[in-house]
Parts: sequence; structure tokens; C-alpha cells
Amino acid sequence: MSSTTTPDAPVFVAKTTGGRITDFVDQRVGGSGILREFGRKVFPDHWSFMFGEVALYSFVILLLSGTFLTFFFDPSMAETHYAGSYTPLKNVEMSVAYSSSLNISFDVRGGLFMRQVHHWAALLFVASVSVHMLRVFFTGAFRKPRELNWVVGSVLLILSMAAGFTGYSLPDDLLSGNGLRIIDGVIKSIPVIGTYTSFFLFGGEFPGTMIISRLYMLHILLVPALILLMIVMHLFMVVVHKHTQYPGPGRNDGNVVGYPLGPVYAAKAGGFFFIVFGVVAIMAAFFTINPIWNYGPYDPSPVSAGTQPDWYIGFVDGALRLMPGTIGDWKVEQIWFGHMFTFNVLLPALVPAGILFTVMFAYPWIERWITKDNREHHVLDRPRNAPTRTAIGMAGFVWYCVMWAAAGSDLIATHFHVALNDVTYWLRALFFIGPVIAFIVTKRVALALQRKDREIALHGRETGRIVRLPHGEFIEVHAPLDEYKRYKLVGFESPAPLPAVPNEHGVVDRKEKRRAKLSRWFFEDRVAPATPAELEAAHGHHGAHEAIETAESKSLSH
Amino acid sequence: MKALSQKRRHPLAAIALLLMGLLVTGGLYAVATTVNQAKADTTTYSASDVEEGGKLFAANCATCHGMGASGSQAGPSLVGVGAAAVDFQVGTGRMPMQMNGPQAYKKPAQFNEEQTKQLAAYVASLGPGPAIPEAGVLDEKGDAANGGELFRTNCAMCHNAAAAGGALTRGKFAPALAGVSGQHIYEAMVTGPQNMPVFSDANISPEGKRDIITYLKQIEANGSPGGADLGALGPVSEGLFVWIAGLGVIIAFTIWLTSRTS
Repeated sequence: MSSTTTPDAPVFVAKTTGGRITDFVDQRVGGSGILREFGRKVFPDHWSFMFGEVALYSFVILLLSGTFLTFFFDPSMAETHYAGSYTPLKNVEMSVAYSSSLNISFDVRGGLFMRQVHHWAALLFVASVSVHMLRVFFTGAFRKPRELNWVVGSVLLILSMAAGFTGYSLPDDLLSGNGLRIIDGVIKSIPVIGTYTSFFLFGGEFPGTMIISRLYMLHILLVPALILLMIVMHLFMVVVHKHTQYPGPGRNDGNVVGYPLGPVYAAKAGGFFFIVFGVVAIMAAFFTINPIWNYGPYDPSPVSAGTQPDWYIGFVDGALRLMPGTIGDWKVEQIWFGHMFTFNVLLPALVPAGILFTVMFAYPWIERWITKDNREHHVLDRPRNAPTRTAIGMAGFVWYCVMWAAAGSDLIATHFHVALNDVTYWLRALFFIGPVIAFIVTKRVALALQRKDREIALHGRETGRIVRLPHGEFIEVHAPLDEYKRYKLVGFESPAPLPAVPNEHGVVDRKEKRRAKLSRWFFEDRVAPATPAELEAAHGHHGAHEAIETAESKSLSH
Repeated sequence: MKALSQKRRHPLAAIALLLMGLLVTGGLYAVATTVNQAKADTTTYSASDVEEGGKLFAANCATCHGMGASGSQAGPSLVGVGAAAVDFQVGTGRMPMQMNGPQAYKKPAQFNEEQTKQLAAYVASLGPGPAIPEAGVLDEKGDAANGGELFRTNCAMCHNAAAAGGALTRGKFAPALAGVSGQHIYEAMVTGPQNMPVFSDANISPEGKRDIITYLKQIEANGSPGGADLGALGPVSEGLFVWIAGLGVIIAFTIWLTSRTS
């Protein structure tokens, strides 16, 4: 709405009815200005930048399919007798919640499909959020100015897990009830307040008659509203910060190289929504997920073999499975002052997840403190070019995966014909040494890849062609890189360790010494990118190669 | 009542009370055990069956189970295990055992029906034990819903709610039940093969066992209403599937979408 209308100025009148309506709306809401601003927003193109989109689209699918499910689901825990069309459960006593979930599956047209769409989309939602976060971490996209957006993203990960877990519990089948029983056990293991908290949550002793309707309210109201709020904040910050880009010629911290949102990128993104929806729909149509009719109604006495949570809670379940009840002769469960302290439940349920999430939230600040790097970064790191960060990430990833695998320890035992006990012992060992091995191996691999890059930048690519020189020497011909490719190999920062600096009183305090030590640990093993001088020197060498090549091709053409 | 209260301090009162107590417990125990043995061998085998079975046993089983099935270091005594145990172990190929290990694996049966029957006749002749079930309890016409409840309460903790099997300690396992005949399921319940507990008739009545078999056969025949069941293993296979297949296909699409410009 940049133009103000004065009486004598010529008034613009659109020629078509559609144009007049558009103009009418535009003069009142200023849509063209918004469109101009957003349509020109530039997004760099790379496949690894699309996982956030996958997460967003999965969330939209979840809202759509979830709304359908609310039309038919009844979260009541009142007792009823099943009267639907699945005969193996005919007349079995169960809760109304389970009965209505069965009715959605068997007696509502398209209900089973929608249930499966909802559940597959939920698994995909958390998976894509996780992969998106791994991408952001390993490329260093969390650095200034994006630290707060990293925090919002981490909150979104936790919220997506909360959304998943509250939904997992709703059908009130045996599997979800067993899951709730574990949660109840974990809550009750918290000293002093545990029992009170459990009674408060379940409205009395487990399972009570309240929990399903309470989880339902959280699942369809509070958690999605918070997720939506966080998504808005997340995207707002993406617009403010602009998107990061991978290093390349002409890309720097002051620009964004890519396609404008409109029309190409918008079309791609819009189309991608339907691709994601299509993939989820195909999975839902052809693959069963959570066959609640197999599990039967929840009853606190039976526990089925192969009871696991959905994958995103799996690492906590795995940690619980790995925890021994006694260490040597020492019972992990202790009675102090006449009270039971169930550390064999409390420690594995809360400590590994607590460590993972604390490090995740704090990591941007940890790295910023060590590197004293206060500059804005819009160009990403290739993971190999930040060897220590990549190694830390892989150590955490492996630690998570060990716990994750432990959640499936029984299935590993039956499917690979090994003893369950041995699987547990090995995973217990890997719980401690796995991250260490991962750190060392990853760091060495990253440094080796950097050396390879440097080698290629300086001497070109090995062609495998062996040439014999007139005086009898054999050499392999190296093909020189073009400048664009070479830029990718040399255009990165490789910080050196930052020694301790005295503060304003001229004193190197203990904290600064610690920081300097960490900085050395971070950067002492480094492969510096090839400098222009080195490239020049190597180029001279290349010149000789090229001379040989031309001489050779001449001789061949003769 | 007055007479009774006067005599309660009689020197013999304590003995009389003890006697009464013993009679009641003994009587109840006798009743309870007869319930368990109510199904003891009723099938009749011919003398030649027993004789042929004895020969087969001496040639194929006695190495471990000892002559006269009295057991050895390598295998337990089979006196009193009944025909049902033989029919299950030999009929499913678990015996003769392929190799020592935590548990005998199922394999193609090594003896034909006739030989299995003869072996069963021989072992049944050594002492009373559970018989091969009658056809009436195997007709798969029981109450599937009740069978499902019994299955979830008694069987699912090892065999999995969908009867897909599960792990036990130290390499032992509960096998999947799809494709197992009703007769073998019934025999497993009454004899407790491998690491399985015995579900006696006092624990689960023959009618209940019939319901369980009905339930298992019905869910097997129903198939998976929601599409491929991914092994009916629950959230682990679902998670694996979404990460590998779901996310894999989506990554392929992201690469396709961004490939033309880079």
C-alpha cells in the first residue's frame, strides 16, 4: 500500500472482474507487498536442506488425519463389551477408548487407513525432525546467529516425542498400557515426590480411570498448539536469518545463492508436500502399523513379549534394559532412612536422556566459548572440515544408537540366534566404549578426508594413466581440477588452537586455562587448507605434467 | 454346642483336630491331583506298536535317554512323560536333537506318522503320562475371544501377543506359533516342552485349551487386516521400516528435486 490516492490522481481500475476483486483485497490487506517480499526470498538448493520441510509436511498430515480420528475416538476408560466386527475380540470386556479405536479400524469407512496414515506420519515426523537436527549439527548451522533457533528446534524435538508418546497411549491396548506402566514405574522411582506425582497424574493408583482422557487433551490440544507455536517461531527466525548455504564459489557470509521462493521454489515445495503425503499414504495402505487388535485390551496383569515403545522413546527403554539390578554385590536398589530408592530405574530412565538433551541445548554455547568465535556464519562447514565437532556428534549418535539397539535386544537375540544375555553384555560394554571409539574413528576419518582434499587440490585427481618419460621414468598423470571444484576443497576455515588470554586484570584465570586446554583439544590436530602460495607452487609442478600430456598427445596424433 | 465346648480341653482334642486337618488337606490334594490326571492315557496301543517303538527307541533315542528310557547324563528319563510329549517332540522334528544347545530347534520330522505313533506307544507303556489329545478339543470351534484372553494372560509374555515368538534368557526362545498344528499346540501345553511350563488341566481346562487353539487358528486365518504385518514384531520393525524405507524413499525424492540445479 505504497500509493496514496488523491482525488485528482488517475485511479487504477483493473480490466477483469478477477483483477478488480484482487485489487480490492490487495488495497485492504497489502498482499502484494508481502508476496513481493516473500517471493523474492532466496533459498539455496540442496537435498539435505529438505528434512525440515519433510517434518513440516508430516505435521500437516498429522493434523489432517488426526482431525479425522477425533471424529470417532472416545477417550473414556469406562468399561464396555466389544460388539464390533472383529470376532476374536467379540464380547471381550474392554475400555470405551479401546473399543472405539477398534471401531475406527474395522467399522469406520477408511478408518484403518487414516489410523495408519496418522501413525506412520508420526514416526516420519520425529524421524525427519531428528535427521534435520543431525544435518544442522554436523554442518555447523547452529552457529551465530542461529543459536536460539537451534534451541527452538530442540524444543520441537522434545515436543514431537511428547506428541508421539501421548498418542501411543491413547488406544488403551495392551502394548500402550505396558508403555504407560513403565512411565508410571519411572515416575514412582523419583525419590520423595514420585508416588505423589504418579497419583496426581493417573488420578489415583495406576491405571485409574482418568489417564486416557488426560493424555487425549494433551495430545490433541496442548502439545500440537505448542508445536505450532514453535514452528511459527522457527520459520520466523529462518526468514530473519535467511537460509545457510554450503561453501562454493561466490558464496559467502554476506549473501545467499539459490532460487527465489516464487515461482520455482514454491512450486517445488508445494509439490514436495504431495510427494511426502503420497509416500505416507502408500505406507499406510500396504503396511500395518500398531495392529491394536493383536494386543487386546489393557489389563495390568499380562505383559507381551516384544513390548517396545515407538522408535523415538526406544533409547530410554533401551537404557532401562541395559541397567543391571546389582553391581557386584551392591544392590542398585537401596533402602535409606526407611525409604526405597530405586536407582536401577531412576538412573537409566533420566540420566542418559538428561545428558543428551543438556548437551544438545548447550552445544552452540559450548563451542562458542571454546572457539571465542563471535562472528556470524551463513556458510556451512563440511563435516570433515570441523573434525572435532563431527567426532563429538558421532560419539553422541553412537551412544544414542547403542541404547536404541538395546530396546530391541530381544529381537536381536531371536533373529540372529544369539543369547539375550550376551546381547545385553555387549551393549553394556558399548554403552561406555562405543562413543569413545566413535570419537577417535570419526576424527581420524575426517582428518584423512581433509588430507585427501588437500592432496587433490594441490596435485589434481589421479587418472590411473601411467606415462613413461623419454628417460625411462614412469609417472601417473594427474588431471588438474577446475577452479569451482578446487574452491570447494580449499575454501574453508581451519582455526588454530587459541591460547589462553589474560583478562582485563592481566590474569589468566582458571576458567580461561580450561578453555585454552579445550581449544587445543579441539584444534590441535588440523589440516590447513592449501594456501594460494602452495597452490601456485603445485601449479608449477602441474605445468610440467601438462607439458608431458601435450607432448604425449602430440606424439599420439602423429 | 455345649457338649463340644466342654470337650475342647479333652487330652485327645489336639490329636483329633490334627487328624481332621490332615484328612481335609490330604483329601483336597487327592481331588486336585486326580483333576490333573483325569486325562491320563486313555488311548490304546497294540502290543506290536509298543514292541516296534521299543526297537526304534533303542536304535535312535537310547544314546541320550538311556536303555529303557531311564535317562542318562545326556538326556532326561522319559518314564511318565506320556505319548503327548513324544508326539510333540518327534512330530515337530525337535527330537532326535540336531545338536546340543540351549534349546532344540524345529526341523523336518525324522520319523513318519507310523513310527512316531510306535515311539509314543513305547514311551506311554513305561508309565502314565499325558495322552495325545482327542479330536474334540482340536476342532477349532471353541470361543476365540476367551482363547485370546487366556493366551494374553498365560502365553503372550513369551510367545508375543500376536504369537510371533520372543526371546528368553541365554539363547532360549519361545517360537512363533503360526503354522503349528492344533495337536502340537495342545501337546505343548500339557507337556511343557523345552523351556515351556506345563499348563495342566487344572490350570487351563481342556475347554480353555480348545479356545486358545481356536484363537490362534483364527488370527492366523484372518491374516493382517492392515497390510503387510512386518513380522508382527511391534514398534521395532515399524521403526526400522520408517527409517529405511520411508525416509529412504523421501531422501531419493529430495535428491531428485534438487538435482537439476546444483
